[in-house]
Amino acid sequence: MKKKFPLFLVFAFGILGIIPFIVPHPIVQNIDESIRNDILKILVAFALVLGLGSLLKVHMDKIKRKRESWQYSWILIISFLVSSIIGLFGGVEGAGPLRTFIGSFHFDIQTLYENIFMPLGATMFALLAFYMASASYRAFRARSFEATLLLITAFIIMIGIIPLGEKISPHLPSFAQWIMTVPNVAGQRGILLGVALGIIATSLKIILGIERNWLGGGE
Amino acid sequence: MTLILLAAIFALAPPGQVRAYDTPSDGGEAIIIEWQLSQDDAALTGYEIYRSEDGVDFQKVGFLGRGRTSYEDETEDDKTYFYKVAAVSDTARTLSEPTPQVMSSPQWLNREKINIFIAMFLFGGLILYFIYHARKGKELFIRKIAGLQAVDDAVGRATEMGKPILYSLGLGFVEDIATIASLNILSEVAKKCAKYDTQLICPNNRPIVYTVAREIVKEAYTEVGRPDAFDPDSVYFLTDSQFAYAAGVSGIMVREKPATNFFIGYFYAESLILAETGASTGAIQIAGTDALAQLPFFITACDYTLIGEELYAASAYISREPLLLGAIKGEDWGKLIIGTVLIVASILGLLTKFPILGLFR
Repeated sequence: MKKKFPLFLVFAFGILGIIPFIVPHPIVQNIDESIRNDILKILVAFALVLGLGSLLKVHMDKIKRKRESWQYSWILIISFLVSSIIGLFGGVEGAGPLRTFIGSFHFDIQTLYENIFMPLGATMFALLAFYMASASYRAFRARSFEATLLLITAFIIMIGIIPLGEKISPHLPSFAQWIMTVPNVAGQRGILLGVALGIIATSLKIILGIERNWLGGGE
Repeated sequence: MTLILLAAIFALAPPGQVRAYDTPSDGGEAIIIEWQLSQDDAALTGYEIYRSEDGVDFQKVGFLGRGRTSYEDETEDDKTYFYKVAAVSDTARTLSEPTPQVMSSPQWLNREKINIFIAMFLFGGLILYFIYHARKGKELFIRKIAGLQAVDDAVGRATEMGKPILYSLGLGFVEDIATIASLNILSEVAKKCAKYDTQLICPNNRPIVYTVAREIVKEAYTEVGRPDAFDPDSVYFLTDSQFAYAAGVSGIMVREKPATNFFIGYFYAESLILAETGASTGAIQIAGTDALAQLPFFITACDYTLIGEELYAASAYISREPLLLGAIKGEDWGKLIIGTVLIVASILGLLTKFPILGLFR
């Protein structure tokens, strides 16, 4: 029963997911929208509580066992508690009962998000430039036929899309464009076809209960 | 007399054959109005669309530039409407005859998607046919996939080195097929980890994915008879922020130095940060995604990459479950049929100039 009921639910909701694809009637579309937006939101809210509990537990354990770099776990726990209190009692833009400013210094969630969280994310994103350089170096080392081909193609495209390319040969930009729009797109479409068929097959396997790994524990 | 003559000179030809009909295959609340271009189209600023509920009092509801021949009007269902279209220039405006009354209503069937639906059914039938054969015990040949063959070696290496295995499910939601496929692979990897007593680290980006992943790993340990070896803290929620997740997982890789990293699921820009950090720690890396934009990064920085459909085939390949292998066989046949149709249609399209390629739009 513990496994049959989830399997039945998956089958029912799987079919409910397919029907709106072909039935445009508002009755069907509204049910679909309600499942996707409302029910899923409730599930996410519950799962978020579980997730945050797990995060705190892992870091408490790290501090307790004094594992490597355990001190950083304190930063996480303190940041978590401070932002939770400010968010819950101070409101998003400081409209809650908790005072979230001292003079002209504001520390409401929106301000914290814009001045701490976003710059940190942007910093990580900026690191991509360096990672790209190191990855390109590795990929373009002409050790094999494929790597050499990749190197030559990348070189043509890089030269072709900058003004220098046109100065070298007026055909170079259009050749670079051709590489991007013909062989590149052909390869991508091949992968996409496989992906689309794979998605149908995987969905069928799950809806029909053939693939059950996702079911998790317990009989 | 002069005024009548001037009006005759500057009069515009009205748009021809104006017709209005309920938008087909939609959820209602829309009517399409179509017309033929006015003979004076080149001299027009455009066309004005007028609507009436009683056929007498017409109100302007839209304007389109010259050269345009159709307009979709937002309406209320089960209410009658009449339409007129006017050809408009800077100095004149000529209205067409009103259309017969028309009404919008929601449809129960999207006829435009029937071809996709039939293809989906045929393909589904093919898969079920091969699953049926697999169930009867027929031996099925599946080509070797290097990335999946390396899973055993990767787990073995971690065991020998006494180091953990890192498994990242990416940034996909639980309803994404890539995430579901990754959860299936996680189950197989967790079974191997349980068997060889290798530590598994699985940091998650989505709360729901975390709860499902945790149950899957727990079940895997139970299935191989090692429920005691399951560490509930091995699968945990890290953050739902993209770059915070990248920073967190990179930190784990640098600190814990896993022998093997799995990056399987749906990834965005963080893919390269993760794969390059993993490569710098000397770990064997197996990646798999159906995110086309991230595939080049994984191919460059990882030892093995599951490209697109290989990701979906993985759990069947690793588990060797006959029913799952049957589905892969069905997929291959589906691809063969689509490939054949595309090639034949392209040749026909090229040879006969027949607009057969339009079928694939």
